[in-house]
Amino acid sequence: MSKNIFLHEFRTRLKSVLTWSLGISALILFFFSIFPSFAEQAELTTQLLSKFPPALLEAFGMNRMNLSTILGFLSLVMVFIQLCLAIQASNYGFGLVSIEENELTADFLLSKPVSRARVLTSKLLAAVSSLLVTDLVILLVTFISIILFNGGRTYELRTLNLLLLSMPILQLCFLSVGLVISLLVKRVRSVTPYSLGLAFGAYVLNAFAGVFGDVKLEYITPFKHLDPVYIVGYAAFNSPLVLLNLAISLIALGASYWLYIRRDIPAVS
Amino acid sequence: MSIIEVNNLTKFYGKSRGIVDVSFKEEEGEIFGFIGPNGAGKSTTIRLLLSLIHPTSGSARVFGKDVTTHGPEIRRDIGYLPSEIFYYEGMKVIDLLKYSASFYNHDCTQRIKELSEVMELEMNRRISDLSYGNKKKVGIVQGLLHSPKLLFLDEPTAGLDPLMQRKFFDLIRTENARGVTVFFSSHILGEVQRLCTRVGIIREGKIVEISDIRSLQKNNYKKVIVTADKLSLATLKMPGVTNTQLENGTLHFFFKGDINSLLKKITDLKVTDVTIEEPTLEEIFMHYYE
Repeated sequence: MSKNIFLHEFRTRLKSVLTWSLGISALILFFFSIFPSFAEQAELTTQLLSKFPPALLEAFGMNRMNLSTILGFLSLVMVFIQLCLAIQASNYGFGLVSIEENELTADFLLSKPVSRARVLTSKLLAAVSSLLVTDLVILLVTFISIILFNGGRTYELRTLNLLLLSMPILQLCFLSVGLVISLLVKRVRSVTPYSLGLAFGAYVLNAFAGVFGDVKLEYITPFKHLDPVYIVGYAAFNSPLVLLNLAISLIALGASYWLYIRRDIPAVS
Repeated sequence: MSIIEVNNLTKFYGKSRGIVDVSFKEEEGEIFGFIGPNGAGKSTTIRLLLSLIHPTSGSARVFGKDVTTHGPEIRRDIGYLPSEIFYYEGMKVIDLLKYSASFYNHDCTQRIKELSEVMELEMNRRISDLSYGNKKKVGIVQGLLHSPKLLFLDEPTAGLDPLMQRKFFDLIRTENARGVTVFFSSHILGEVQRLCTRVGIIREGKIVEISDIRSLQKNNYKKVIVTADKLSLATLKMPGVTNTQLENGTLHFFFKGDINSLLKKITDLKVTDVTIEEPTLEEIFMHYYE
């Protein structure tokens, strides 16, 4: 790892990290501010939800969550947090080397006395650190929200930790898959369409799993691997799927190194 | 040991040609001119030597080490000035230079100061606010700040005003006098002639000629345009004159040989205008194809 590349990369992403962290924090605080009234009228809520089309409830996993408990409610919030984190992580993944190539600063960096592998490691670690900073902010805001709005309800800390731990695992997957795709396509001209496509694509695959009938497509999406409703329901990870998720990340990372070391850096055309 | 040694180097981008079977050597302390029209493969060659791209076949050695296996080590002593400068837009000039210096093991502060004074660089401006020429100046300082032993200059003078060009050439000459080897790519023959000792000419990806700059000049055609009274196609007919054309009382032709004999003939005429200039590269290439 090169410290100077790491610092440069980390600094470049600081503003984006701040924006995402604040955005997601606002989301959490907003959701939890309506939690007390939600929980008190749990009975009513259940009645209300029963009037919703079952497909919609299925899509958001709402038919299986108990919105009157802290963790049940948090699992609903976590669905949205995960979606945001997936977009952010894909953004960083797709942009990790492609932004530099598009803005043609790759020539500057790669004509320096560092190996490609070192460049990629430094960039990856910087991106992972940026994502972990976001996680840390989310962790703090989640605890603060629970303290503010628990209304005397208790929860199991271990399960909460599992929910929070699902975040970095999910991020790593979107980061590395985004990276490997960006290295497989000829040129990523703009990062946003790709990252929104990947994140929402994966989300929809999980949400509307029933649509595909017997084909279990949802098993390839990280949202299924780290489904918050499952985690809260069973107070555990779905271990085989989490391992599958980690395997996907590792393969994507390995392939990324292989591709990047052999890559021809595009010149001005 | 040659500083650069290129053997049958070939690069294809998919099906499109980069360079084909390029071989040449550059010795220590030389300023080697690499000339050719746009798209001939000049940048491709430099990018291969920097291992920004990988060869399809053939090999290249810099400082005696293979570029594909010893890239990072080689690049420690290489300075690179790309033809078009792109830097992190949000950074200030000084921060970019410091970032650049942080890749090398020795302290470059003094050198940055010296170079930026010579190039009249404003250190506190943002890269995004700089004009093309000013970015180029940042590029020059950036390429030299770590005192490299080998310099790659890819069409370095584009965007520099004549005054800066001269300062830049002086800078390169000083570096060269200290023993720095220079690889100078350009499509402007004149500047190559001013600076280089030996040149390679590349066209459509292939080396068509490698020679001493002197012998190239000796063999070279001059482009002559004469406007005078009573001109005809036969007026200046003599050995060495070719491609004669008459347009609106102006005679265009190429001349190769002793320039004095031509001048004597011209003074006999009642001349209103005479131009004797370097042929363009294209015109030289025409010569190589005859």
